[in-house]
Amino acid sequence: MFRLDQGSVVPIYRQLMAQVRQELLLGRLRPGEQLPTVKEVVDALSVNPNTVAKAYRELEHEGLVRSRQGLGTFVATSPPTAMAAARPALLASLTRWVRRARAEGLQAEEMRALLAVALEEPAAAVDDRAGGRTA
Amino acid sequence: MTTPVLDCAEMGHRYGRRGTWGLRECTLTVPAGRVVALVGPNGAGKTTLLHLAAGLLLPTEGSVKVAGAAPGRRLERIGFVAQDSPLWPRLRVDDVLGIGAHLNPRWDKDLASERIARLGIPPRARIGALSGGQRAQVALTLVLAKRAELLLLDEPLANLDPLARREFLASMFDACTRTGAAVLFSSHVVAELERICDYLVVLADGRVRLAGDIDELRRAHRVIAGPAGWSTTAAEQPTAIPDDAAREGGGGWRLISTRQVAGRTSALVRVGAELVAGPGLEAAEPTFDELVLGYLDQHHSDKEHTQQGRTAHAEAPV
Repeated sequence: MFRLDQGSVVPIYRQLMAQVRQELLLGRLRPGEQLPTVKEVVDALSVNPNTVAKAYRELEHEGLVRSRQGLGTFVATSPPTAMAAARPALLASLTRWVRRARAEGLQAEEMRALLAVALEEPAAAVDDRAGGRTA
Repeated sequence: MTTPVLDCAEMGHRYGRRGTWGLRECTLTVPAGRVVALVGPNGAGKTTLLHLAAGLLLPTEGSVKVAGAAPGRRLERIGFVAQDSPLWPRLRVDDVLGIGAHLNPRWDKDLASERIARLGIPPRARIGALSGGQRAQVALTLVLAKRAELLLLDEPLANLDPLARREFLASMFDACTRTGAAVLFSSHVVAELERICDYLVVLADGRVRLAGDIDELRRAHRVIAGPAGWSTTAAEQPTAIPDDAAREGGGGWRLISTRQVAGRTSALVRVGAELVAGPGLEAAEPTFDELVLGYLDQHHSDKEHTQQGRTAHAEAPV
């Protein structure tokens, strides 16, 4: 489920965290489901196990996942409500935005680029430490 | 606190009584499970550092300890693979493993034979007939089967094709998680290191230029872009700020190096707590490559002794 963007401004452990969050938002990871083991991620991506462990640790700190000794890491049964509650409304407004962009003739690629720019806008950097880059 | 796997204090080595220093004032602590990358140009001191840790060289100044004692007294815990994995070319693979079993009291025979079988390396093949990647795998098998706590690998990824590289890294990472081994490896290629190491040591001219946890180092630096030459007026002052001021969050910043990209000047700086870039300047956390190349550039411009020498580096990420 993970893909890495090497040479990114975003450190790898943060990329992994963001991808878990995204899977949760999209409902592809459900409460109680198990995340890939650290070893599975390490083997799939040739990435340092400490980096994967750090990402999982930070996600646990945020209350999104729980690690069970000797079993692995699982999606928390009750993830923080803000995320679940905000999701349908956010998706609706994003869908409206995509419809408008299509009407103006934008392709998916251009929309992704715009979103990437928006994500890096300093004004959008609330708690994302890696945000705010405008090189 | 547990004893670090490797502990170097002000360690240095001089080749010959009046010779050149291969390494000076190197202070480095490596706890179990860490993967440390040694980065620097040829002749920076990477191999000297590895040889000191392996007990192949004795420190001329300072000290080096592996699990609390001199490397020479800890040889059973150290696994060293020299550049290009040299092994006797006329020996067969299972002969090499047999020698390993004979010489190492903690030898894991099953691990060795399983690994060689899984990699599809014919045990009766002569070392000289193997590919570079297979030879590297045999050498790694030796240090894994001796269950070393400290793996010292000199340019392990050179000459490995992408598949061999992946297999090699998987085994290395497995050793880190399963037995808590620490790895210290050198590389003069920066690409890929970001996903491999969690601790970075940049060496140049026999000195440690930068050392630390990679995520902490990235947080402690900024790339500041602005109009061409923006840093030249300020350049004299920031360098005067002692390192400690920047590290302890005194609000100071220290210029590491600058480069010219598309008519703008981009500078790597080490910062304190928070940095507010002046008008017309944009600050961002550096990518891994920007961090490493920024420090290698610093060494470069120090050497040139000229302000004009700070042109864009050939490998500059744009």
